[in-house]
Amino acid sequence: MKTLEEIKKIREEKRKELDLRVNTSADTREKHILVCHGTGCTSSKSPKILENFRKIIEEKHIENVRVIQTGCFGLCAKGPIVIIRPEDVFYAMVKPEDCEEIIEKHIQNGELVERLLCKDIDNKVVKQLDELNFYKKQKRIALKNCGVIDPENIDEYIAFDGYKALEKVLFEMTPDSVIETVSASGLRGRGGAGFPTGKKWSFTKMAKGDQKYVVCNADEGDPGAFMDRSILEGDPHCVVEAMMIAGYAVGANKGYIYVRAEYPIAVKRFQKAIDAARGYGILGKNIWNTGFDFDLEVRLGAGAFVCGEETALLESIEGRRGQPRLKPPFPANEGLFGKPTLINNVETYANITKIILNGAEWYSSIGTEKSKGTKVFALGGNVNNIGLVEVPMGVTLREIVFDIGGGIPNGRKFKAAQTGGPSGGCITEENLDTPIDYESLQSIGSMMGSGGLIVMDDSKCMVNLAKFYLGFTVDESCGKCTPCRIGTRRLLDMLTRITEGKGEEGDVEKLEELCKNIQKASVCGLGQTAPNPVLSTIKYFRDEYEEHIRDKKCRAGECKALMKLHIDPELCKGCGLCKRNCPVDAITGEVKQTHVIDPEKCIKCGTCINKCPFHAIKS
Amino acid sequence: MINLTINGKSVQVEEGTTILEAAKKVNIDIPTLCFLKDINEVGDCRMCVVEVEGRRGFATACIQKVEEGMVVKTNTPAVTEARRVVLDLILSNHDRECLTCTRNGTCELQKLAQEFYIDDIRYKGDRNVHEIDDLSPAIVRDFNKCILCRRCVATCKKVQGIGAIDSTGRGFTSAVSTYKNKSLNDVNCTFCGQCIEACPVGALKEKDSTGEVWRALRDEDKYVVVQTAPAVRVALGEEFGMEIGTNVAGKMVTALKELGFDKVFDTNTGADFTIMEEGTEFIERFTKGGTLPMITSCSPGWVRYIEMNYPELIPNLSTCKSPHQMFGALIKSYYAEKINVDPSKIFVVSVMPCVAKKFERTRDNMSGAGYKDVDAVITTRELARMIKQAHIDFVGLDDSGFDDPMGEATGAGAIFGTTGGVMEAALRTVQEKLTGKEAEKLEYEPVRGAEGIKRATLNINGKEVKVVVASGLKNAQIIMEEIKSGKADYQFVEIMACPGGCVMGGGQPIRTSKERASIDIRSKRANALYTIDEKSVLRKSHENPVLKKIYKEYLGEAGGHKAHELLHTSYVAREKYKLEE
Repeated sequence: MKTLEEIKKIREEKRKELDLRVNTSADTREKHILVCHGTGCTSSKSPKILENFRKIIEEKHIENVRVIQTGCFGLCAKGPIVIIRPEDVFYAMVKPEDCEEIIEKHIQNGELVERLLCKDIDNKVVKQLDELNFYKKQKRIALKNCGVIDPENIDEYIAFDGYKALEKVLFEMTPDSVIETVSASGLRGRGGAGFPTGKKWSFTKMAKGDQKYVVCNADEGDPGAFMDRSILEGDPHCVVEAMMIAGYAVGANKGYIYVRAEYPIAVKRFQKAIDAARGYGILGKNIWNTGFDFDLEVRLGAGAFVCGEETALLESIEGRRGQPRLKPPFPANEGLFGKPTLINNVETYANITKIILNGAEWYSSIGTEKSKGTKVFALGGNVNNIGLVEVPMGVTLREIVFDIGGGIPNGRKFKAAQTGGPSGGCITEENLDTPIDYESLQSIGSMMGSGGLIVMDDSKCMVNLAKFYLGFTVDESCGKCTPCRIGTRRLLDMLTRITEGKGEEGDVEKLEELCKNIQKASVCGLGQTAPNPVLSTIKYFRDEYEEHIRDKKCRAGECKALMKLHIDPELCKGCGLCKRNCPVDAITGEVKQTHVIDPEKCIKCGTCINKCPFHAIKS
Repeated sequence: MINLTINGKSVQVEEGTTILEAAKKVNIDIPTLCFLKDINEVGDCRMCVVEVEGRRGFATACIQKVEEGMVVKTNTPAVTEARRVVLDLILSNHDRECLTCTRNGTCELQKLAQEFYIDDIRYKGDRNVHEIDDLSPAIVRDFNKCILCRRCVATCKKVQGIGAIDSTGRGFTSAVSTYKNKSLNDVNCTFCGQCIEACPVGALKEKDSTGEVWRALRDEDKYVVVQTAPAVRVALGEEFGMEIGTNVAGKMVTALKELGFDKVFDTNTGADFTIMEEGTEFIERFTKGGTLPMITSCSPGWVRYIEMNYPELIPNLSTCKSPHQMFGALIKSYYAEKINVDPSKIFVVSVMPCVAKKFERTRDNMSGAGYKDVDAVITTRELARMIKQAHIDFVGLDDSGFDDPMGEATGAGAIFGTTGGVMEAALRTVQEKLTGKEAEKLEYEPVRGAEGIKRATLNINGKEVKVVVASGLKNAQIIMEEIKSGKADYQFVEIMACPGGCVMGGGQPIRTSKERASIDIRSKRANALYTIDEKSVLRKSHENPVLKKIYKEYLGEAGGHKAHELLHTSYVAREKYKLEE
């Protein structure tokens, strides 16, 4: 147990010690080697890198060098990432066997390991993280500590203003003034729907009930989304602290975080954070003698997407089948175990401590008129810089894709980007300059969503894309209500038929009609938004749908059933390579004669295309 | 009171009323499928969606409570289209072999398809295909017909407290299933059949035994005797469009004779025997310090339940067989001798309001005379089916009486068909036997009525007798826990598995969700039984002359050796789940 004075002391001393993490001209002889331990880098052996560094340092008796695990730096495409502070030198795609060289050259001799430096999109060699275009337009609020501190060390969190917001709230603010601050900041729910956070807090505060709960929704389930995971992995204490502040504001003394079990690192670090906070007396009874009690518990989800829907999540915490409840009543009035409950997602909480410390005005100065602050996106798909980015609201999609994301690889053309995952829609070239905020995205038929942003180049078929997302929704529908249970499946059936060349005239209209009714008649957000990918691709790429149906043609070449392979007699030299490699003997032809593909036998596997040295096989 | 308008009509209803109920008040019909009043109010099927002014998306009429000033529209083109799409989707995943479905004509889905004039499935696609579970002797589950309304699940869980079936899987492959998808035969199902009554379609049905009965009737060598339970006569008419609670005993007997049964007997007479035996058993236990409370054993679903859930209380169960089993044993012994027919040639058919009776018939120790007491059990629904197959104009039939000598019954036997009836019938006899005096009043009001649990303390011959009557297995569970924990000191307990007793049995005519919400079906059927009792000349089982005669000529003492051999049975502790060998 630590008194508040002791914690303040830790903050002061530790902050000095860790100044080199954020200050390139820090006055120190120490060096810190930061090794990213996000899920991506971990799976690329970053724990081994960390171990190697420590071993080498010990063997060589090098002093004043510490090796630290951190959360995600963001540029996952270049991982595993190693950063050396205070000089802020950034090594990309480091392998365990590179450690020796880094220690010898960089640490011992003060030279850069040139081959491990990162090249930017413009081929410029980059020494420091900040020089990368990837970081130039970013603003890190939610991710402030990610990549800076060791997420498993509470002292490091405390060093960077950790639990200072809680202190401010408990000693200087009333619950109402906390809610006023959150309201004035303009923060809106980052889970996707964008409901004003302050309003949600005040509803829960106003609700009558002897017991109230605070819940953190960490059931991030969109394909390609890893914002919340990265926050929990990189800065778990900021969520603990924010939940405590929320508990104080709404009158709750107990919190639950619902994390999917597929996030083992996040679960482990969050649990460690809870344990450490309890150990310091930050969580528990009569915190810092203020009379405020608060404790937290982790609940694991079993990987059902629908449990990200707040009422299904509550059902699951209560130990029942994860199925949504009908609203009203809303959780603020009747939530967990029937008690008033505040539910926010991870990223929403991650903004709270900063708002409390820097003020509502500071926060609301960032962003657009109706969408304040920043938004974290998990940038993926056909884009050069795959990774985690945090940008102020109002930047355009073009800036994210081209400036931060570095554009489309392999010289291909941008076709569309999907925001909001399976609940969202696609954004096309013509809307690339739309500012990213809740309303604008909705007005062009997409949505903010939780932050998955998948970029697609012109090799992607939009009908197939819709099919992909519907396949996901069909798998993840809980099966409770008819429109979602059967309707999404019928959408998938139709899309499958269309991509297989069995589409019929009128299918697009049928799709639209069914989509519209699924949206309106489904019980929960999952069903209500499931048709969005279909509707938005129809909206912007209706001609592609018609081509599939009428001309049995897929211009992107993704729909295999529509591929018709033939051999160009002008280019074919009769080498026989295609014939020998065809797995179904669909190709005939004599040596040095033009070969022919039997379309009846051909399974469109594409082997011949890859094998032909003369590019004679055309689709 | 809350004021709102529905389709322009002003409505005033109490706070807490749903839109569905409010609409009904002004004769506005909103279609429903998954809704089952007080049991399944979940809003899953989405048939009842309506528009509420100022709301994004539709409201769910079956659960959404009215609010002051609400403006509801139940029949806009958008609402109608959404419902049509929902119906189309359900039908796209439904086994649409309506012509060969037991629910053809009584199916709620079929009716909606008719009303919406569905002439084609717009959203075609694969159906889920499932194996039919027909391994149990009582209930058949055909999941290919299931529309996942989950009315059965809620009934099994919430009304009966069993949970033999529940939702499994997710999305399109969601299913209603049992533990490890085993047959109902191998799980904790009691065969009460309440799920069948809840099912709007043909996904749950009784195991049809009409084939066996027709075969027996066609067999010249067989002497086919039929007996009908009390609750059947007050419900059978419903199958022919007659008012709920009409006593059609006379027409039923005529119809049975026309169907070709050699003799038509009344299970009510069997019930009189049960009272004699059970009453004697109670007096024995009560006066000589036997195991108390004594619990009735007429309801086979209940017996299966206690065997699975409270085996330690089996000694409390009366060893008496249920009326139709007793009666079957007597037909194959006393009556066979009397008419000089080889009992092996006698085929006893019981017409019951119950599907668990189909299981009871197959139990061990149900062959009092050396032959199965009962050879086939058909439900009220199956009897109606046979009458329809024979093209008998049921409504136009004249009345006839049950055959002698086993057709004479008392009013006490009649009320066996409703909750509290067995208790009341027994008390009439026990009271007189213990006091030696005729009772002034035969009606025991405290054990009558709709409540699931009725407790009463009676004074018999200066002694206090605490009795309790429970119907519905969830209520039974409450009583069993009371007994087990020693909290209660009842002497006599009546349990019926079905809520309301046999009149609401799992073999009775199926009423739609809308009828169940608006009509007190139980009271109507039960009152018809009480009327039979009231109009009976003889209202106490021990006064039944047939019974007196058979005891005198054949059985000897009630509770005596011969009576035990024929009319009593035994029980076993049962595993709830049959685990893999």
